Amino acid sequence: MKGMTIIVKKITQIVAPLIFVYGIYIVIHGHLSPGGGFAGGVIMAGAFILQILANGSILSKLRKQESGLEFLESAAILGFLIIAGLGLLISSSLTFFFNFLSKGTIGKLISAGVIPIENVVVGLEVCAAITTIFIALAVFEKEEKE
Amino acid sequence: MILFVLCLILFIIGLYGVVTKRNLIKIILGIAIMEYSVNLFFILIGYVKGATAPILGKAFPKGPFVDPLPQAMILTAIVIGLATTALLLAVAIRLYRKYGTFDIRKINSLKG
Amino acid sequence: MDSLIPLFVIVPLGTAFLMAIFGRVIKGFNKVLLPLSLLFLCYLVIRFMLKETGVSVYKVGGFEPVNGIPIAIYMIIDGLSKFMLLIISTIGFISSFYAISYISKFTAERKFFILFSLMIAGMNGIVISGDIFNIFVFLEIAAISSYALVAFGVEKQELEASFKYQILSGVASIVILLSIGFIYWQTGTLNIADISSVLPYKGVFTKFVAILFIVGFGLKAAMFPFHSWLPDAHSSAPSPISAMLSGVFIKAVGLYVIFRLFFNMFAFSYELSFMIAILGTLSMIVGVLLAIGQWDIKRLLAYHSISQMGYVVMAIGIGMTILSNNGNKTVAAFSIFGGLYHLINHSVFKSLLFLNAGSIEYSTGTRNLRKLGGLASVMPITSTSSFIASMSISGIPPFNGFFSKLIIIIAAVQARYYFFALMAVIVSIITLGSFLKIQKYAFYNKDKSNWEGKNIKESPFSMSFAMIILAVLCLGLSLFLIPTLKNVILNPAVDVLINGLKYSMAVIGY
Repeated sequence: MKGMTIIVKKITQIVAPLIFVYGIYIVIHGHLSPGGGFAGGVIMAGAFILQILANGSILSKLRKQESGLEFLESAAILGFLIIAGLGLLISSSLTFFFNFLSKGTIGKLISAGVIPIENVVVGLEVCAAITTIFIALAVFEKEEKE
Repeated sequence: MILFVLCLILFIIGLYGVVTKRNLIKIILGIAIMEYSVNLFFILIGYVKGATAPILGKAFPKGPFVDPLPQAMILTAIVIGLATTALLLAVAIRLYRKYGTFDIRKINSLKG
Repeated sequence: MDSLIPLFVIVPLGTAFLMAIFGRVIKGFNKVLLPLSLLFLCYLVIRFMLKETGVSVYKVGGFEPVNGIPIAIYMIIDGLSKFMLLIISTIGFISSFYAISYISKFTAERKFFILFSLMIAGMNGIVISGDIFNIFVFLEIAAISSYALVAFGVEKQELEASFKYQILSGVASIVILLSIGFIYWQTGTLNIADISSVLPYKGVFTKFVAILFIVGFGLKAAMFPFHSWLPDAHSSAPSPISAMLSGVFIKAVGLYVIFRLFFNMFAFSYELSFMIAILGTLSMIVGVLLAIGQWDIKRLLAYHSISQMGYVVMAIGIGMTILSNNGNKTVAAFSIFGGLYHLINHSVFKSLLFLNAGSIEYSTGTRNLRKLGGLASVMPITSTSSFIASMSISGIPPFNGFFSKLIIIIAAVQARYYFFALMAVIVSIITLGSFLKIQKYAFYNKDKSNWEGKNIKESPFSMSFAMIILAVLCLGLSLFLIPTLKNVILNPAVDVLINGLKYSMAVIGY
């Protein structure tokens, strides 16, 4: 896939980090306003997809990224299972997915126990998954023709 | 009431697309339209007359809220729909490379 | 003991993603870890069966009921769930053990085991879940993994089969979601036990929702009008996946949910039960008639799957008609016992037949019956186990198929449905003819000139071991009529379905 003109490349250099930071904001404030893991993760993936679309894709460079993405996705899901499983070990009534950190006051950023941490982990996982889907669908077609 | 009827019409349009169209991509679009209509139906279920969005904030501290459970169900259903569509498209791309056409009347090497 | 219930979902999910990380680094990590984790699940199921009786309830997150109304996600293990978990774990372990050497014919070896583990996690989740939206989520996890597994060797035919399967199954999932929406609209709750106590008072749409459920889950279970995806999908998949799909998936995803919802949640009427029995009989007849003219081994076995599933649905349908008329409860219990016993028998001998077909294809490279012949002397283990499985499916004593078919026919005669019993006998005879054809053309034709130049050996150790275990189980399952084994494994499952309305009392207490 060929890249676009130089104007598009320069503008995406400025805009893509802003989109990424916006995605992080939505992920972290998931327990206070609409959003959370899924929606924030998709926005974070959007920043990466914008970069690939604007600069073109060279297959050998992207193959190394793709194995890193698979590792990040699997590690994020294992992190989710470990945090949820800690509730099984720590809490007194031995339940899975128990909210064992302290729940602060409603409306502050650090509150509601385990849920913001789970939001961050799910956001990372969704970002890795959607970037993998994009690379698999749109980029690897060149491999057949080469 | 008329909103439910419009939802049903959207579902039937999607079903028509899956059943009668011959191009692979149009069949996939038919399934996507059916999914969206069911998501819309769920959100219409949870409506309470004269209520606001279910967020505890400074603007509406208390008062009747819309039912939040269908909204949580729909978040999950949208992600499942995304995974289904992505897998369908990946298989469709590979089918095009093997058979050279998108027409389902020509993709019939499994008979009997 | 109750807190070990979520392990049935956590362990397969955890092993899937552990294999994704470490499979790249350590060679052969995937092949060792998957059978070990399935063996652990088998041990857990057997421990649940022997120590606990009655219903085990577990609330995720520990949220207790508020004002007596359940608000948490419930995970429930009762007799029917234990029965299905036993089938899933055992056949899963044997198939994954078989796949250790079969999978060397494909290129993407690591990803096979990851997808297999995710499919097991999805099926376990359906069987232990206690509310209907959770069933939908786990259903989609298992179904999406199976779409990718059917298309695993990316040739022309497999991709086409996977596409057809995906479209039909996708439409079924959307219909299921629509019916869940209707139920939530009427009752305002998602918990199965709670819905069963509220639905009789508010059921405006109950008949419409019941029909939508039969359409949605009947398509997943390949019942009569919706069976057209099954021959393509099950014959194009790799053989251990064909065994899992035909032996476990269509039961855990399609039939289990129909039984759970219709016996424990809806109050069924006579017309609905009679329609289910008619659909079962038609599946039986259509499946076996379409299988007569097939020359591809796996396609023939897939058509016979439709027919044998028809036996199970017909038996349970006869039980439902008797219960809805408030008739003789012992006859209904007998019929349902026959249906569930045929379910576990079918998963054992159909998996064995598919593993045999895979072994033939691994050694000779073809699936066409016209090109095979005289394999009995060259592959003794495959031909013996294939003979045992063919005798089981046709209903020859002393193998297990005979006892379950006999119970179904006796129950149909006792309930005065003579037409169904006659159809069951005729279908069984035609099945025998079809399997004698396989035995003759694949194993016992005297023509050995095909194999002079090629080196045809017996299958490797792991494949042979899996087939021997299943063949022994074929003989061993006919012992399930002994009262001690019957009371531990089969009778709790039958009790859950007969006393359907006591489910909600056991779970939430009203």
